[in-house]
Amino acid sequence: MNYSPAPLHIPDGFLTIVVSLIFWLITIGMVSLAVSKTNRSLGEKQIPIMGVMAAFIFAAQMLNFPIAGGTSGHFLGGTLAAIVLGPWAGILVMTAVVGIQALLFQDGGLLVMGANIFNMGILTAVIGYGLYRMVLHQKRGIRLAVAGGGAWIATMAAALIASLQLWLSGTTRLEIVLPAMLGVHALIGLGEALITVAALAYIEQTRPDVLDLNNPAKEGGRGWIVAGVIISLLAVLISPLASGNPDGLEKVASDLGFLGSGLDAPFQLLPDYSIPFLGETALSTILAGAVGAIVLIGIIFLLGRNLRRQDNS
Amino acid sequence: MHVDIVDQYHFKNSWIHELDPRVKVLITVLFILSNAILPDGSWPAFALSWLLLLVVNDQSGLGLGFTLKRSVVALPFALVAVSALFSPHGSPLAVWDLGFITLIPTDFGLIRFVSILIRSWLSVQIAILLVATTQFPDLLHALEHLRLPRTLTTIIAFLFRYLFVLTNEVFRILRAREARSAGLPGVNGGGTLSWRIKTTGSMAGQLFLRSYERSDRIYQAMISRGYTGHIRTLNPHQMVRLDWFILVAAIFLLLIIQFVGWVR
Amino acid sequence: MPIKHQSIFELQIPECEGDILQIQDLHFSYPDGHLALRGIDLSVCEGEKVALVGPNGAGKSTLMLHLNGILGENSPVSIAGLEINKKNLPTIRALVGLVFQNPDDQLFSPTVFDDVAFGPLHMGLPEEEVYKRVKKALADVHMNDFGDRLSHHLSMGQKKRIAIATVLSMEPHILVLDEPSAGLDPRSRRSLINFLKGLPITMLVSTHDLRMVEDLFPRMVIMDEGKIVADGSSRELLQDEELLEAHGLESPSHKVNS
Repeated sequence: MNYSPAPLHIPDGFLTIVVSLIFWLITIGMVSLAVSKTNRSLGEKQIPIMGVMAAFIFAAQMLNFPIAGGTSGHFLGGTLAAIVLGPWAGILVMTAVVGIQALLFQDGGLLVMGANIFNMGILTAVIGYGLYRMVLHQKRGIRLAVAGGGAWIATMAAALIASLQLWLSGTTRLEIVLPAMLGVHALIGLGEALITVAALAYIEQTRPDVLDLNNPAKEGGRGWIVAGVIISLLAVLISPLASGNPDGLEKVASDLGFLGSGLDAPFQLLPDYSIPFLGETALSTILAGAVGAIVLIGIIFLLGRNLRRQDNS
Repeated sequence: MHVDIVDQYHFKNSWIHELDPRVKVLITVLFILSNAILPDGSWPAFALSWLLLLVVNDQSGLGLGFTLKRSVVALPFALVAVSALFSPHGSPLAVWDLGFITLIPTDFGLIRFVSILIRSWLSVQIAILLVATTQFPDLLHALEHLRLPRTLTTIIAFLFRYLFVLTNEVFRILRAREARSAGLPGVNGGGTLSWRIKTTGSMAGQLFLRSYERSDRIYQAMISRGYTGHIRTLNPHQMVRLDWFILVAAIFLLLIIQFVGWVR
Repeated sequence: MPIKHQSIFELQIPECEGDILQIQDLHFSYPDGHLALRGIDLSVCEGEKVALVGPNGAGKSTLMLHLNGILGENSPVSIAGLEINKKNLPTIRALVGLVFQNPDDQLFSPTVFDDVAFGPLHMGLPEEEVYKRVKKALADVHMNDFGDRLSHHLSMGQKKRIAIATVLSMEPHILVLDEPSAGLDPRSRRSLINFLKGLPITMLVSTHDLRMVEDLFPRMVIMDEGKIVADGSSRELLQDEELLEAHGLESPSHKVNS
């Protein structure tokens, strides 16, 4: 069997109905919007382009590269799709990919598909495109860097949200799954970022007209930028916080009434358990924090430039 | 070279194969839902669900062990649920002192863990049955009938159609890479990590452009046959009495399973 | 709801003077500046079978894309007396059955049936009529039982024939084929040639396969560098080795010098 699952496709049975439902609602909303929006921007060409692109994403996920000692990195493709096709088309394409993976290969469940689509399709579109949109008119180097950064953050965000979903469903303990997911995806995200950048650079070099596809002037870029930046910041800030202090998160969640909504309450933190994973937690915290800080500074800097640019025009 | 990773359909002459695809899709979803609703540890109810699965396996002519063999796919992700074992609820079953960490599995945790595994395992199997007994185009028709937006179903249709073509191209690209990945004796080759990533990126970019240009040609073929932006399809499925009967029977059986699960 | 289709089938097919296809002085450059067509004059009579030959890059595909309006709006091309403009495009596309070289681009639907039904469905024909047309088109290409098959299960030869069926179902007045025998093994090729022989429809076929031209096409048009350099009886032209060589072609009876 040539197809190997990535650690983000959550199977049925791992999320409670409530959590599934919440994300189904969000996903259905976004996908419906995407359907109507793509009708306008890509016109009659949209179907063949999106269809073949979906097949491309699927096929590209088979392109792996060996990292070290038998492990290999995988390409998710959500950010690339959103940047090249535009965010709405990107969402539809990833929805199709996740759908087929679940249906044909049982990679990801059917009832939990709403959550999977959100994690791998919608988040990547919002973050990847939102950040990229900010620097659309900048130099090539900056654009590629932001595209890469966006891809990394999107991957981490997906891992974060998936961990939270699993935790809220009482399937895993937060302090175990979060560092593990974040740790693994920090590496995967790196691969994603680099491949996204390399692919984007290649496309720009050979067929730059393709990147004009989504007519950014027409789309409401502002909204995506804001959403992208906010969500990225949240992802970057919550990760280290949650890793290092699951207590706090649990308290907040239970205060807000989230916990106990499934059939079982997620776990309370026992004193014994706060120590063991500190090592990993600290590492992932520092890593996430450092990168987060750099990205934050970068974002603020770019945002500032963007605003200044608008003042001048 | 025929790479049939896409074909999950196994043709047999069974009444299950003949069922309206909408019914099969609905029953699949309801089955998974039913298992999700059942409380942890409702073993008799889970057993009944499994029995139902076995019956379908058998009736579809695929053999009793068909889905059993293929459900191993879900295993890796099961590891994620392992930490459910160490739930703070319930009474401890053991104390595993591994030095840097002490793990205490509890009975509550064990029940939870096993229940999650069972639910996931049952769900995977019914999904396998669905695609093994339903041709993909019919599956698409079912989705369209069930009101999925046509844009989305058409994209999925194209995905399915070109999956084979594109994965073939990927194999060719990978094969070409391999053919050039020689090694000199005694030399540790392979290039740097960054080089490897760059080549992978170029391959992805190349694949992308080939796909994009193909989509251009497909678009030309479509407009040559009159396409102007609205896809039209024929959905030739009619529900017959057997379909309705099976649907109702399935719902009834699932309700019984729920009863067993909740009332015990 | 399907729209009632216009009465293109009541169009008067003009006498040979009028032709199915008429092109007058067609010029075309691609956006990147490449001058692909430099003044093409061509007329094809109803019932004619015409071969279009020439080296790669001669402009054959570009020319074909003009025949159903994919390239060149308001070009000096007319089909059965109709000019190619925005209003006539839907009609033109039903009149001209264009089959591309790569059947994987032509067969884009989940099943064979869906692909063959695509054309008539988008013409707005009622369901019953669509079913009838599909049946007939599949019968015409001798692939009656292939309706439920999935395209990627077919062999190259089968795909090429289904590709032709996908335009036959629209009942075109002229069939335009781009390299139909490319990539076929000898048996499939022979099968295709026999099939095309039996098809009583006007044809314009671009090909490198000069033996097939000998077999099937009484008239031959040679293109090179965007121009038509010869247009006449295939039998005569195929004997003119110098002419053929000058334009990158090899006579089918060419003997290798020992």
